[in-house]
Amino acid sequence: MATLDDFGPVEKPYKPPVVAPGHTPATVTDKISAVVLERTPKWWYAAFGVSFFLLMILMMAVTKLFLEGVGIWGINQPSGWGFDIINFVWWIGIGHAGTLISAILLLLRQEWRTSINRFAEAMTLFAVACAGMYPVLHTGRPWLAYWLLPYPNTMGLWPQFRSPLVWDVFAVSTYATVSLLFWYVGLVPDLATLRDRAKSKLAKIAYGVPAMGWRGSAHHWHNYEVAYLLLAGLSTPLVLSVHTVVSFDFAIGIIPGWHATIFPPYFVAGAIYAGFAMVLTLALPLRAVFGLQDFITQRHLQNMAKVMLATGLIVVYGYAMEFFFAWYSGNHYEAFMAVNRVLGPYKWHWLGLIICNAVVPQLLWIRKFRSSTFWLFFVSMFINVGMWLERFIIIPVSLSRDFLPSSWGMYSGTIWDWATFIGTMGLFLSLLFLFVRLLPMISVFEMRTLVPDAQKASSKEVAP
Amino acid sequence: MSSTPHARPEIFGLMAEFHTAEELIEATQKVHAAGYHHVDAYTPYPIEEVSHALHLKRSKLPMIVLGGGITGGLAGYLLQYWSSVIEYPMNIGGRPFHSWPAFIVPTFEMTILFAALSAVLGMFALNGLPEPYHPAFNVPRFALASRDRYFLLIEARDPKFHADETRKLLLDLHASEVSDVAH
Repeated sequence: MATLDDFGPVEKPYKPPVVAPGHTPATVTDKISAVVLERTPKWWYAAFGVSFFLLMILMMAVTKLFLEGVGIWGINQPSGWGFDIINFVWWIGIGHAGTLISAILLLLRQEWRTSINRFAEAMTLFAVACAGMYPVLHTGRPWLAYWLLPYPNTMGLWPQFRSPLVWDVFAVSTYATVSLLFWYVGLVPDLATLRDRAKSKLAKIAYGVPAMGWRGSAHHWHNYEVAYLLLAGLSTPLVLSVHTVVSFDFAIGIIPGWHATIFPPYFVAGAIYAGFAMVLTLALPLRAVFGLQDFITQRHLQNMAKVMLATGLIVVYGYAMEFFFAWYSGNHYEAFMAVNRVLGPYKWHWLGLIICNAVVPQLLWIRKFRSSTFWLFFVSMFINVGMWLERFIIIPVSLSRDFLPSSWGMYSGTIWDWATFIGTMGLFLSLLFLFVRLLPMISVFEMRTLVPDAQKASSKEVAP
Repeated sequence: MSSTPHARPEIFGLMAEFHTAEELIEATQKVHAAGYHHVDAYTPYPIEEVSHALHLKRSKLPMIVLGGGITGGLAGYLLQYWSSVIEYPMNIGGRPFHSWPAFIVPTFEMTILFAALSAVLGMFALNGLPEPYHPAFNVPRFALASRDRYFLLIEARDPKFHADETRKLLLDLHASEVSDVAH
């Protein structure tokens, strides 16, 4: 029988390296920690200033909301959910790429993830922080948001555990906590590195306290590696569950356009799609300004483009299936929903969605576009917009045209909706700029394991 | 510098510095073979062979995490059962109070939450962290342990420890430098 060997050595396609050649553990350490320990570059002040300005818009919008209530938003009957939930789903979806990169790709032994995982995890945390604000603000009385949690109280009340909205509270708060833990555990050895590199007393203390006295002991690494792997194993089902639960917010309801079994996988794929687009949107400029092309190489960009293409196709399949269900179910209301999306009052939103999410990303089939930073950025921006439009189509477009024409309405965001949305972008970017300035945005200790010196050491056979 | 077993040794131990991971792995194996047990190695990144050379036992962490996960899952389910069936039953069209399929999501999330918390807290507890002071930091060159150097520390409380002989052993193992570690 012919075996693979009979065909002689198989020529593997060329893959760009994960780390540019010539690096050692020392150069990797110095280069990444220099970003944090050197003087703040001028552009940083400008970039942080703009982000902080946007953050102040959020402050204004939220103050106005607290004074006057949710009436300042565009929500109405029948569209009780508007920008608040669109943006909640948009932000939380963006977060998913971070966990996918840090946990799932770790379990799948995708070494290339190492240079982008820290940064992507930070993005997850900040996106979840932005997302978490919306449902709380949307309650109308956010100072009572703690009522969502189960705790013994003098009112004798308990949360309704059969409600997907309560599931959401559990899913999102667990996701935020576990993401923070995973991120912090990954940071501990790097905080120790910064503590050892820092020149000023203040910096030594500031990095030394959270480093908890980490000293790279073999006894510590032994437990550490187990903890890291277990956290990855726990985060994997968690991240898949979070957007599944978010999709239940809709799928458990009976509104046409929401009540579909395809929602969980379709939402998860959409989340990863949006998340990778956001990782590229942020990583491409940061890589250029910090000169990190040695660590975030063509390999990373191409792989991320391929993940976007694959998940994008799943999302497009989801769109197609929604139309198929509408026809095949024979349900009058579902059929109307499908026609209404394409030809109804929000038809331009739908057209925009298809162009952004289904048409433009097809450029990624072509290597020339996958390997060009300009085109990757271009496609990512389209996906960012497209995924927002997708949630707009799902939420107000379905709500504003339900079963009875007498209860139909129209929805559009007000200036305060936009101010809150732009404001959360300010929060996200402010946190991100603080992060790249204060913490190593690439995992230093994991990068040390990727450079040639280290690989030689750990692949060496050891006599028993 | 030899001392009686009960007296406090003058120094905490001896620290040897190595330039490559291979030298450290080999030295760790030889030091273990020579009968030293109060030994620790310090590396800039996790190296499995060093753990093998030190003959470290399997980590207890997986069992702690399993316990945490089971506790979280049970707590989550029982909380929902108790509040929905016993404490605050709501009869909505005669539907069952014990509607277990609706309880799956919070039960799952609580399982993950408790397991993750036990993984992190358990890891720090097993490692004895936070530890604000450790004598290893008294060696100035030890700052390189978080860059590209590999260190081996033999503690003075080891019964086989002898300042001169242990130093000679470490130098024979190609240590680039051997320093006293003050308490």
